Amino acid sequence: MRITALLAGVALAATALTACGGNSGNDAGDAKVPDDPAQVKGDLTYAIWDVNQQPAMQELVKAFNAKYPNVKVSISLATFDQYFTKLKTQGSSDNLPDVFWMNGPNLQLFAANKQLAPLDGLLEDKQVDPANYPQALNDLYSWDGKQYGVPKDFDTIAFWYNKKLFAEAKVAEPTADWTWDDYKAAAAKLKAALGPKGIWASGDELGNQGNYYPAIMSNGGYVIKDGKSGYGDPKSIEGLQFWSDMVKAGYTPTAAQNAETPGRERFFSGKAAMMWNGNWLVSMALKSPVKNDLAILPLPKAPNGERKTPIHGLANVMSAKSKNPQAAAAFLAFLGGKDAALIQAKAGAANPAFNGTQGDFVSSAPYALKTFIDAASQYSEPYPVSKDTSVWNKLETDEVAPAFGGDKPMSEVGPAVAAKMDEALGKEK
Amino acid sequence: MKARRADGGWPWLFVLPTFLGVGVFYLWPLVKTLYDSFTETGPFGGSTWVGAENYSTLVADGEVYRAIVNTVVYTAIVLLGIPLAVLFASLLNRPGLRGAMVYRTLFFLPYVALPTAISLVWRIIYNGEYGVLNQALKVIGIDGPSWITQPWFALVAVALLGLWMSIGFNMIVLSAGLKGIPGELYEAASLDGASRVQQFRAITVPLLTPSIFFLSVVTTIAGFQLFDQLFALLGPTNPVMPKTQSLVFLFYDAAFVGNDRGYAAAIAVLILAVVGLLTAFQFRFQRRWVSYD
Repeated sequence: MRITALLAGVALAATALTACGGNSGNDAGDAKVPDDPAQVKGDLTYAIWDVNQQPAMQELVKAFNAKYPNVKVSISLATFDQYFTKLKTQGSSDNLPDVFWMNGPNLQLFAANKQLAPLDGLLEDKQVDPANYPQALNDLYSWDGKQYGVPKDFDTIAFWYNKKLFAEAKVAEPTADWTWDDYKAAAAKLKAALGPKGIWASGDELGNQGNYYPAIMSNGGYVIKDGKSGYGDPKSIEGLQFWSDMVKAGYTPTAAQNAETPGRERFFSGKAAMMWNGNWLVSMALKSPVKNDLAILPLPKAPNGERKTPIHGLANVMSAKSKNPQAAAAFLAFLGGKDAALIQAKAGAANPAFNGTQGDFVSSAPYALKTFIDAASQYSEPYPVSKDTSVWNKLETDEVAPAFGGDKPMSEVGPAVAAKMDEALGKEK
Repeated sequence: MKARRADGGWPWLFVLPTFLGVGVFYLWPLVKTLYDSFTETGPFGGSTWVGAENYSTLVADGEVYRAIVNTVVYTAIVLLGIPLAVLFASLLNRPGLRGAMVYRTLFFLPYVALPTAISLVWRIIYNGEYGVLNQALKVIGIDGPSWITQPWFALVAVALLGLWMSIGFNMIVLSAGLKGIPGELYEAASLDGASRVQQFRAITVPLLTPSIFFLSVVTTIAGFQLFDQLFALLGPTNPVMPKTQSLVFLFYDAAFVGNDRGYAAAIAVLILAVVGLLTAFQFRFQRRWVSYD
């Protein structure tokens, strides 16, 4: 019964492992796109993980085929939870899809294990020009001096709030000049007025990307630098302490409460008045019952007067072992172009990474969505990653988030996490 | 003799497909996993021999012991589903019960449904603030806990779900067992003046022991494979997870989060060894309580 399923799974993984050869073979990195599109032939697989974006991806394939009629692209969809597990298994048996979505935390792992083709050929021929994308994203998708990913879209963090709940609590609406202290002071008033009705002041999820990375970065701290953890840095610790205080005062739900009912669900059902979160929630906001009460501002400033947001985005990458490297390179170049960006933006699928194409995204909702675009160009920092990001990401979920609001001060939690993270980083080769 | 030889290699040819299947999908992975457990294997393969290093890490890893305790507690609770199922099955098999088919379907339904889908529904039921369970408890004056985010409650919540899902299968097996008990035995017993309860204890339970034994072996094996309900009900980022994780969850974590497939293989070997031992133990002791008459 179940054991059969497990054994079959182990079997598949094992056969995949054994089929793994060396890393020699043709390197798709030198692939160039021939001048005559009709000469480019072959079948491609394009792997993605977001079902919401599938229609837009199909449109992209259609537009690509108008130019390259002899390439057949089939889209392969796997949910995010299984996506990278599947890719790793495929990679073990040299069966990666030709072109696929990649995220920051996994880029170095795949690049270092020679699974991805560098963009050398495309960059040389100006088929892809990094100047078209935010620099932080080019950096995120580079490893060991070579760029591997063509940025697809990006997300940054801003301050979301519910105007109606502020009015109901008779608290003055926030402004772009708010500091962390203002955020906390407003939370106190919101809690006093709305708490008895079961409404939280903040629906912050205590996530790394949405909450404590921006706090650490705004405060002048860092998460990782030169292969060393920043969790022991005093500035980082102050950033963490801000969230711990918010939880301790009962303004923000604990990590456990968030695990039961995520902050965004509270916020979008009118059960929380404000939160720090990203632009990936716009479509959820538009479907929510409070869609007419929402507004967006830049993040509140740290005590030093600074505000910073991590910038993350997906990229399209190409397998190092594609059987049709020319076709794959042509498709990748097309996906990185302006036309593709505009198609994505129009479909409301994602906020495209190509500079100057975000207009359709900005006008897709009646909120100040330009905040996210300005954040990217004015005060964003690269998303923290290393070769084995998932290992210390787990430390964050297991030890940082649950400590918020707990008895241990962040001056104890931070260095303890830093020590473990450094140990994990030391094991990366 | 002559006739047998005339068969030549034909019988082998017919066995071959099954043999290949078992070989490729069971035996080879088993050998490969055993081999991998002595190597350091990265996320994309490419292994180096490290001897027993993974096993010494395993022995020194406190998480492993915690996971064993969790898995045992889970399995023990799900095993309680067997006596419950015996009770329900014999009630359902009472002659003249109306709508027996409806009850049978209701009991069996959870077993047919997708465990992940069921877990997601139960996630809503268990929700501490808005969940149906705590709303119901409130009516009788109990302030329910946050079922899926407090260490022991979370494990019990997962186990109760497992128990509920197992009852349907248990009942099908037990019903078949009940049908095999000759009606004369009950007639004779009631002529001798045995009450219903006495009949249940003296006839039903002893004659069901083969089915009960089968179920306890299968349930124990399934219990040690706990992964999907845990993953879907609690969620991988739940702060309670380090305290409730099962052995298979640890395996998943090592293989796909930690990208350390050698260590994951060592955990898999440990699971196999524990399950093998428990099953052998059960078979050894069945003589004392299982009657095949």
